[in-house]
Amino acid sequence: MADLTHLIAEAQADFASSASMNDLEIAKAKYLGKSGSLTDALKGLGKLSAEERPVAGAAINVVKQAVEAALTARRESLLNAEQAKQLAQESIDVTLPARAQSQGGLHPVTLTLRRVEELFHSIGFEVATGPEIETDFYNFTALNIPEDHPARAMHDTFYIDEANVLRTHTSPVQIRYMENALKTNKAPPLKIIAPGRVYRVDSDATHSPMFHQVEGLWVDEDISFANLKGVVQDFLQKFFERDDLTVRFRPSFFPFTEPSAEMDMSWNGGWLEIGGCGMVHPEVFKHVNIDSEKYRGFAFGLGVERLTMLRYGVNDLRHFFNNDLRFLSQFK
Amino acid sequence: MQFSENWLRSLVNTDLDSQALSHALTMAGLEVEEMQPVAAAFSKVVVAKILSAEKHPDADRLQVCKVDVGLPEPLQIVCGAANARAGLVAPCAMVGAELPGFSIKQAKVRGIESFGMMCSSKELGLSAEATGLLELDSDALIGQDIRQYLDLDDHLLTLKLTPNRSDCLSLTGIARDVAAITGATTRFEVISPAAVELSQRKAVAVTESSACPRYCGRLISGINAQAITPAWMVKRLERSGLRTISAVVDITNYVLLALGQPMHAFDAAKLNGDVSVRFANAGESLSLLNDQTIQLKTDDLVIADAQGAIGLAGIMGGKPTAVSDETTDVFLESAFFVPSVIAGKARRLGLSTDSSYRFERGVDFGNTRNAIEYATTLIQQICGGKAGDVTEVIGTLPARQPVKLRMARLVSVLGIAFEQPKVAQLLTQLGFSFSVGDEVFTVTPPSYRFDIAIEEDLIEEIARLHGYDHIPATPPVATLNMLAVPEQQLHLNQLRDGLVFAGYQEVVTYSFVDESWERDLLGNSAPIKLKNPIASNLSVMRSSLWGGLLDTLSYNLNRKQERASLFEIGAVYHQEAGVYHESTRISGLAYGSAKPEQWAESSKEVDFFDAKAHVEVLLGATHTGRQLVYEKAVHSALHPGQSARILLDGKAIGWLGKLHPKWQQQYDFAKSTFLFEMDADALLSRHLPAYQEVSKLLPVRRDLAIVLDENTAVETVLTAVKKANIPLIKEVALFDLYQGRGIAESKKSLALSVLMHDTQKTLTDVEADTAIANLLQLLQNDFDATLRN
Repeated sequence: MADLTHLIAEAQADFASSASMNDLEIAKAKYLGKSGSLTDALKGLGKLSAEERPVAGAAINVVKQAVEAALTARRESLLNAEQAKQLAQESIDVTLPARAQSQGGLHPVTLTLRRVEELFHSIGFEVATGPEIETDFYNFTALNIPEDHPARAMHDTFYIDEANVLRTHTSPVQIRYMENALKTNKAPPLKIIAPGRVYRVDSDATHSPMFHQVEGLWVDEDISFANLKGVVQDFLQKFFERDDLTVRFRPSFFPFTEPSAEMDMSWNGGWLEIGGCGMVHPEVFKHVNIDSEKYRGFAFGLGVERLTMLRYGVNDLRHFFNNDLRFLSQFK
Repeated sequence: MQFSENWLRSLVNTDLDSQALSHALTMAGLEVEEMQPVAAAFSKVVVAKILSAEKHPDADRLQVCKVDVGLPEPLQIVCGAANARAGLVAPCAMVGAELPGFSIKQAKVRGIESFGMMCSSKELGLSAEATGLLELDSDALIGQDIRQYLDLDDHLLTLKLTPNRSDCLSLTGIARDVAAITGATTRFEVISPAAVELSQRKAVAVTESSACPRYCGRLISGINAQAITPAWMVKRLERSGLRTISAVVDITNYVLLALGQPMHAFDAAKLNGDVSVRFANAGESLSLLNDQTIQLKTDDLVIADAQGAIGLAGIMGGKPTAVSDETTDVFLESAFFVPSVIAGKARRLGLSTDSSYRFERGVDFGNTRNAIEYATTLIQQICGGKAGDVTEVIGTLPARQPVKLRMARLVSVLGIAFEQPKVAQLLTQLGFSFSVGDEVFTVTPPSYRFDIAIEEDLIEEIARLHGYDHIPATPPVATLNMLAVPEQQLHLNQLRDGLVFAGYQEVVTYSFVDESWERDLLGNSAPIKLKNPIASNLSVMRSSLWGGLLDTLSYNLNRKQERASLFEIGAVYHQEAGVYHESTRISGLAYGSAKPEQWAESSKEVDFFDAKAHVEVLLGATHTGRQLVYEKAVHSALHPGQSARILLDGKAIGWLGKLHPKWQQQYDFAKSTFLFEMDADALLSRHLPAYQEVSKLLPVRRDLAIVLDENTAVETVLTAVKKANIPLIKEVALFDLYQGRGIAESKKSLALSVLMHDTQKTLTDVEADTAIANLLQLLQNDFDATLRN
């Protein structure tokens, strides 16, 4: 049996000079094809004696394996080269801008209301709503502000007719909610916030005829003025994400709360007025048939635009309702 | 209410400095809105007298004066003021004086030494303009510091009083509260009755005793109405924001400020007969002091003489009986009118006076008589005259019912501990009379407090004096229960997020709009009108959010924006048979290119189907399992060929369409605008997902192209197919629409994909063919559709 080891080198040389898969297949046929030199050699084994055959077979196999290994290696190398070429062709400038989509956003007042709702929700407050065209009764009378009471002069009211107004505050929602609770036999604890639009006849750099308030109400058996202060302070600290904020109460007057207070918040070394609050007036409880001996409650009203201005550093109230996209798009 | 700090300090002895006093008032509920010094800071200015004034040898307009400033030797001062003359008493700034903006040095003026400067009120910062030296009274003490002489170390305090604190609408009241807050003592002038030297008196008939439970009147005759109001009174009035008018009027104003009791003086010579207090007669009119003549209503309380009304009780006196320079006899009135009779009247008549302001909030009915005595004394001091006896009519005065204050309630409402002696001390400071027993105080409020009727009112007083600052911020302790989270209820925030994700910017626009928008754009001829709009273009309540969105678009296009996708969620309002309704809408607007200008895609203007896609973002979860229909319909704001009414389960929930070209032109929009609006409530419920078996078998897809009339609405075709529920056909969807070459005129071609599957077994070709044949049959029967070749 002739020595076939020279075929290894020959095959390697042939494979190496094959520049494509196609050429490589042709080169492969020369050794491993149907009439390839190695195939012929294997066919020739049958002519050998039983003693010679294993030795010769083993020798051929060694050569065959080496040729196959060379083939595989070359295949792989050609494949890699082809892939590399394709990848190079597919290469792009990844620094090009993304395919542009319209960028929407929420109004900053909505951002504030969401935060307020989330924070109060986290201690079990539900959101309640009421109409903006409100009856004189709910906006005033049920809140212990009878007709001709001087307190009405504190509200520059938009009138629709004799009996209906644009609500001047979100406080009527308290009454509606408590009335409804009574009708549906829902007993205290009642915990709501009532966010929404309110209206006053006032328009200048610091007043808008329409603005937003959040009313809060907590009625329970053992709710105190100190708790009111606690809840408001907790809220402000969480809203502004500042643990050093404190709240200051100043005596004030709202016909529907007693004691009543103005709420000031510490801010940059001074105090800023952020709303009014107090303990629900027994007359108000009387209107909605809640026993003021058994239950007490607190209520507060916060100015939403004010909170928004402080939170985001907005310096002019008028931005909120001009809806300039250059302003609004800053709150994405 | 504005007043002089020094006047207040003359009535209450407090150690607090101005800042601390102001803070204490604010923290006790009497908010100090403003505190301003009466005069800017300056020093070394004294009262001086010009002894002689000689013309300056080298200057025509200057004089060389010898000025007595209270020093052994007079000073030589060169002065350019025209009114500088020998004998004039005026302020003199000495060498070393610091005046607002400059200082005084020894100087040579045109060669003559000058040792100071004679001053005008402008130079002292007391006024904005001045024509010459400030002329002082000739008897002023020469050499006295001018700040002291003019009482310039004073502040003007302005209180923002809440309506419940009518007791603080006077210096006496404020002083009383300062004493209560700080524990200081008051020093009020003792008012003694004036000597009665006149036998005449007027009878007073109070026919409306419940409206006027106390009336005091008296004649003072022989007064000099032209007497000059003394400087101290003028100063206090001026520092309270009142200008001097005449001695008698100044005195009544002064008493009002000092005691809080509105007073009125009639010219007694002009009164006919006796005086009565009654409601006006029908048809009666009254000419008022402000030259206004009013028609009285029968619920207007008046002061009348035998001939008719002479004053609107508690609001304003009448013109014909007013005190003038010629007046010699006055009839002085001090009365208590109950708040409910005065309340609202001044507002109705458009007259808010210092008097009505106090009466409608509550005037101390225990001080009526005292006030007339005080006014009488002042009139006699200033104008002379002899006083007659006081005619006093007393009816049933408001009762001051005792109010109980339970210690337990106090503690539980405020949430802090309180000791009984402390409460007693605070009540004493307030000047409230009380008795105490078994942890309960029984408190009788004084006549000047109109705001103490229930226990909570006392609790507030205790808290106020204790200091709201001293109440801690304590988190509540409460039972914890989870809140309901209804899964089938969506939140408006989810709708907002959907639109934001689709590229929309939220806006907030006014709820009141231009009436023409409602009428023309929305076809609403009966919008809800405001009686007192802030502007004529904000006079009616909106029935749609589109006006605000279009206005916002216009605003931004004017600011060089080229595209916008806007939305708003808010209430809209309408009326039906006098009943007002409001509902929440969500509304959107899209304008300009569908996407921002970019390298990656060529620009395409937004169209109806972009807007429709955004509507479906909102309808997302809501319409699953419900019937959603877009019905071609006409809306006054929309292009008639590109507008649809949106129906959900047969109920109209909104509109979608292109802004009508005529509005586009009117708004001056260069490009088409697309609008949609839906009832938010309709979008807030969703079905609870319910699992259905997922087939293990693969679906079979067949595509067909059919040709049908171009006017056939695609939705009707798809709906009909769905409704027919052809066996095996699960889904039919449109994937192409074609009109043009190869398709007959007035026809269109729809390419449909048909998905079929059987949950039990693999479909055979024969079964699929049968299903498709059934589908084609249906399309042919219902829509005259043919298979495209």
